[in-house]
Amino acid sequence: MIGYNFAYLDEQTKRMIRRALLKAVAIPGHQVPFGSREMPLPYGWGTGGIQVTASVLGQQDVLKVIDQGADDTTNAVSIRRFFARTAGVRTTTHTADATVIQTRHRIPETKLRDDQIIVYQVPQPEPLFRLEPSRVETRRMHGLADYGLMHVKLYEDIARYGQISISYDYPVMVNGRYLMSPSPIPSFDNPKMDRMPALQLFGAGREKRIYAIPPWTEVRSLDFEDHPFRPINAPHACGLCGATDAYLDEVVTDDRGGRLFVCSDTDHCAERRAAGHVGAEGMKEAAE
Amino acid sequence: MAYVAVKGGERAIDNAHAWLAEERRGDPALPDLTLPQIREQLGRAVDRAMAEGSLYDPDLGALAVKQAQGDLIEAAFLLRAYRTTLPRFAHSRPIDTAAMQVERRISAVFKDLPGGQILGPTYDYTHRLLDFALAAGDLVPHAPKAHAPQEPMPRVPDILRAEGMMEADAPDDAEPGDLTREPLTFPADRDVRLQALARGDEGFLLGLGYSTQRGYGGSHPFAGEIRMGEAAVEIVPPELGFAIDIGDVVVTECQMVNQFKGSKTVPPQFTRGYGLVFGFSERKAMAMALVDRAMRAEELGEDVTAPAQNVEFVLYHSDNIEATGFVEHLKLPHYVDFQSELQNLRRLRAEVERAAEAEQSPSPVAAEGRGEGAAPPTPHEGAVP
Amino acid sequence: MSTLNPAAGSAGLSPGFADPVAQAQACFRAVLDAMARPGRVHTITGVAPPAPLDAATAAVLLTLVDHETPLWLDAALRETAPWLAFHCGAPVVTDPRAAAFAAARGLPDLDRFDAGTHEMPETAATIVVQVQALGVGPRFRLSGPGLREPAGFAVTGLPADFSARWAANHRLFPCGIDLILCAGDRLAALPRSVTIEEDG
Repeated sequence: MIGYNFAYLDEQTKRMIRRALLKAVAIPGHQVPFGSREMPLPYGWGTGGIQVTASVLGQQDVLKVIDQGADDTTNAVSIRRFFARTAGVRTTTHTADATVIQTRHRIPETKLRDDQIIVYQVPQPEPLFRLEPSRVETRRMHGLADYGLMHVKLYEDIARYGQISISYDYPVMVNGRYLMSPSPIPSFDNPKMDRMPALQLFGAGREKRIYAIPPWTEVRSLDFEDHPFRPINAPHACGLCGATDAYLDEVVTDDRGGRLFVCSDTDHCAERRAAGHVGAEGMKEAAE
Repeated sequence: MAYVAVKGGERAIDNAHAWLAEERRGDPALPDLTLPQIREQLGRAVDRAMAEGSLYDPDLGALAVKQAQGDLIEAAFLLRAYRTTLPRFAHSRPIDTAAMQVERRISAVFKDLPGGQILGPTYDYTHRLLDFALAAGDLVPHAPKAHAPQEPMPRVPDILRAEGMMEADAPDDAEPGDLTREPLTFPADRDVRLQALARGDEGFLLGLGYSTQRGYGGSHPFAGEIRMGEAAVEIVPPELGFAIDIGDVVVTECQMVNQFKGSKTVPPQFTRGYGLVFGFSERKAMAMALVDRAMRAEELGEDVTAPAQNVEFVLYHSDNIEATGFVEHLKLPHYVDFQSELQNLRRLRAEVERAAEAEQSPSPVAAEGRGEGAAPPTPHEGAVP
Repeated sequence: MSTLNPAAGSAGLSPGFADPVAQAQACFRAVLDAMARPGRVHTITGVAPPAPLDAATAAVLLTLVDHETPLWLDAALRETAPWLAFHCGAPVVTDPRAAAFAAARGLPDLDRFDAGTHEMPETAATIVVQVQALGVGPRFRLSGPGLREPAGFAVTGLPADFSARWAANHRLFPCGIDLILCAGDRLAALPRSVTIEEDG
């Protein structure tokens, strides 16, 4: 793009972000403050993820961008276009073909490899913010690894509901030291973070924090021995591909209570269908 | 099928942008607005976009206002996103507002003072009656010209300080912080607080400043002085070693004078709240000065009880580019998380129903099971496989 | 001092990156991967710095250091200060505690550098250590984040008591120094999170 550097950010900004990324990798789960810049996209729409991706991306990379698991949601399209325009990199919708995957709210169903990087867009990096709004206080708590507040909250959940009531952005402990927000992914995705072969990078633009999980690092969803972590998913199979082990979106099909459950990961679903898997809806269509 | 509706994001975006461009232009039978027209005739809008966009350039400000269809937060956002990519050639020296080419200068604390009171181009004493003559068209008004004031115009706090009634400035030659390069950290010093306020949202600061007047962290303010005019911007190129003038910026400065009851070490005196804003933005400069003073509560040994005194609260929420982005991001799809909440709620409701049924038909097993949170076996399967 | 123009007045100084944008990106990805997978060795190409700087050392500094990062150099590398100042614009400092980055031939005393605080461990220094060789020499056993299972790592040019010195640094976690080891055109990294034992 004329008048702008490769991948939009100037080299000095990239250096600053790259330094923050290296420290983030060296201290798994710790939120590193960084001089987040204004981006031409609004805060809350992925500016942190975009800055991380822009600092990491090279001409050889193949980029995939998803939002809600899908490549074709408008914000994913917008961000993918941004990089196609400013960096001229190749883009893909196939998880396996991507070297860098930027995501909002999901982790792909296809297992990530050790030559891939996943970049999460993070709206609120502070896992304690609902319990303690002051970042001065929460910084102190992280410094002391004092996470009693969170344990009390989870315990109160169990006393009140008989179970932990968090369904997404479910807090995790990284490498046994830092309490971390996994970003608002459904808790269904949390187990994928644990000992993932790919490098996981997190960018929060408005809150100006970067954090990271190195490959193969232990990521444990908080729970209690007698109330183990239970990921949530709809008890259905995908209507299009029949998958029973993928996270499902619920689509309202009519005003009489009709529902269709389909894979949230559109690439995963399409690949399964291409390989011959058919769900109940597909069978109906075939019959018609 | 509904599922197909989310496809075609590419085309949807292109179409939306084309529609927006058409709507921005409006009726093509009408002449297109030129940037000089916006710069000259919508100056206050351009000023606000420049102040909150943190970029002083009236032509770019006019372009931003035009491109944003007059949405000033959107305009400020455009300017911010542009300025962030610009290389830094130099740091300017602090501007000297005492030496500015004054267009307006008023003090509420003295009837008259050296340099005099100059009302300038203000709405203060206009009657807010819609002017239908303006609607009819092309008036070319002429204002009587006074000769430029020759007398020096010392700033009111300096006048008070000469008498020992005003707190001294903390001498500080340290390099000021810069929020555009470094993230906010706490404790945030006054230089950084003032920078955040100068970039902050006028409406947010207005409400906060107002709240200090209504008892939420009251600090008994007087408008010591408000001045607006052109101030010279100077840099010192390292190869020259002396300052050169690189241009002028119009700024509005407000110095609030506030009571202070004194402490063990400091006699009672006046303290200051300070506001400085790009362009003619008096409301913002005054609100900024009120909030600046309120945030000094801890430094001055006052109780910190009100929102405007809470530095962390004010600084984290004053930036309208951050705020508008995050508030508006709620319109992005969140269906993955919502789906998770939906399943969770179904599961919780199933538990409640099971418990209610168990209560209606008590059995020894159910009675024992309750209280542990362990659900008794029932014929109804829960929502989770 | 951010406006240094590498094209102007470079009399007597050999060039830095020929393609600064692409080479800095490639080098960063190597360092990022090295930091994420302790002990994994990467190769950097395309820089010919003045002696005694090795290509990898120079590339890492060109990639990460600038006028916002005070740089400390040990006596062996101090003569390269003009080249680094010109290409990176970094202020060279004599007080190791003030340094965000340091470059040295051989391992300096780690406790002379800023190791960060528990609330801000990210302020700790990164030290680029130029060693004789990576992949040959005394063997160490690495374990911790980034490693699927404990892995071997060989390096020539670290002090004999390195594992003990490292243990003192690692004990400070989440504070502590991060090392980038460079030899010729090769580099590897040892983040503070990694546990290092002598192997055999």
